[in-house]
Amino acid sequence: MKNQCDKCGKPATVYLTEIVDGQKIEKHLCEHCAAAEGITIKANVPISQLLEDFILQSAGGEDEAPEPTCEVCGMTFSQFRQGGRLGCPNDYDAFAKPLAPLLERAHEGATQHLGKVPHRADSGQKKQAAILRLRAQLKAAIADEDYERAAVLRDQIKEFESS
Amino acid sequence: MRLADLTQHAGEWLRGEGPMYDVVISSRVRLARNLAGMPFLGKCTESQQQEIEQRLRAEVLAGPAAPEMFYVDVRAAGELDRKLLVERHLISRQHAEASHPRGVAVSGDETVALMINEEDHLRMQVLRTGFQLAQAFEDISRIDDSLEQRLDFAFHSRYGYLTACPTNVGTGLRVSVMLHLPALKMTGQIEKLFHAASDMHLEVRGLYGEGTEATGDFFQISNQTTLGKSERQIVSEFVDTMVPSFVQYERLAREALLAERPAAIDDKVARSVALLRSARLMSSDETMYLLSLVRLGANLRRIEGMDLKTINELFLLTQPAHLQRILNREMTPDQRAAARADYLRRKLNLN
Repeated sequence: MKNQCDKCGKPATVYLTEIVDGQKIEKHLCEHCAAAEGITIKANVPISQLLEDFILQSAGGEDEAPEPTCEVCGMTFSQFRQGGRLGCPNDYDAFAKPLAPLLERAHEGATQHLGKVPHRADSGQKKQAAILRLRAQLKAAIADEDYERAAVLRDQIKEFESS
Repeated sequence: MRLADLTQHAGEWLRGEGPMYDVVISSRVRLARNLAGMPFLGKCTESQQQEIEQRLRAEVLAGPAAPEMFYVDVRAAGELDRKLLVERHLISRQHAEASHPRGVAVSGDETVALMINEEDHLRMQVLRTGFQLAQAFEDISRIDDSLEQRLDFAFHSRYGYLTACPTNVGTGLRVSVMLHLPALKMTGQIEKLFHAASDMHLEVRGLYGEGTEATGDFFQISNQTTLGKSERQIVSEFVDTMVPSFVQYERLAREALLAERPAAIDDKVARSVALLRSARLMSSDETMYLLSLVRLGANLRRIEGMDLKTINELFLLTQPAHLQRILNREMTPDQRAAARADYLRRKLNLN
């Protein structure tokens, strides 16, 4: 089987066999040319399957680069792959790169929100991230039994939330 | 309003009325939200989970709809009560079976259920009888707007509302309809519908959501895509094109069956009624299967004296937890089969 697109010579990912008037016609296309021909690749799999496929597919290669880890909640990307659930809102930024293909497959190629925006959008992402960080520090302080520090952090969180 | 008061009747969504009720049993919309500045549930400590539960509980019970709401502390509730809530579609199975602090606020007519600490901190649901998705969406938007006056939800300018599972991110909106498709099933065309649904990026599931089998010809169809479309677009695709076309398929299949094999339909329906009126042991699966055919017969006006409301209610009231609550005793599956047959005989021979 040849590996190049009939149209543009790029690597082919779509192999199409058509029977027209009893004649077998084989086409090899790259995704781009396939889409241009009106052949769409359908993600006709349930969500759970999508996640599983993704997890299996991504689990294959040996990662040489250090694994993406969320500095706020401590979740690593392989932990997410195992459980299928993210640890905190900051994970969307921490794992932006490896998450992109999953988001695209799950949402018909979309990567940008087009819906409702909260009325209180003034509480920006920076503030949300700051509170999240303070909470992580609070958790650590309690674990260390550093209650003085915990009390200070609690006050800071309250102040942030009411600001 | 207490949980115990719920058992005698079905919620609003099973009234057997509303647009296209011959095929569309109910319409549901759900929004997933998480509090800003808090980890998602899986990374929360127990005290954080408690904090979320208390905070959200106070807020949902402080809203304008509050006087009509009642709250169930799901962690403290007994097993039978938790199953009852699942059977009534007020909480999910996962929510019922978890062990962390969690709860649900429910409106008196059960159209609104606000689940706290499910997969996300807050899962809001509006459930209505028949095909009323647009109305359900208006209802849920009002609730979301009102809560947003007082709460900050995790939001990202690129990804929208952030959720624990990336498959819900963006709008966090899942719209679904529960369809009764006996004629498509009987004529072997249901596979075609599954294919059409997946081509449209829809998911088909059973009566009780994720991971459940479709029993008694009931299928729940919902959107998969939550990112890259506005809420109104998601709802209008469903309302204007997808659902009406599924309803049309089923209606055509029913007409064709009636035209070609009326005796076969009448025979199936009559046998189902006879079995329900006289059997001595009845499992819940068999009940579901038979009631489904009776519902078809009533919709096609092939039988007299069976109203849809009664049939719809029986779907719910013969479920294991409901049966045990109504009869006020705990039973093994064998005992339930006898009690269920008994209950059905009593209900259906009155008519």
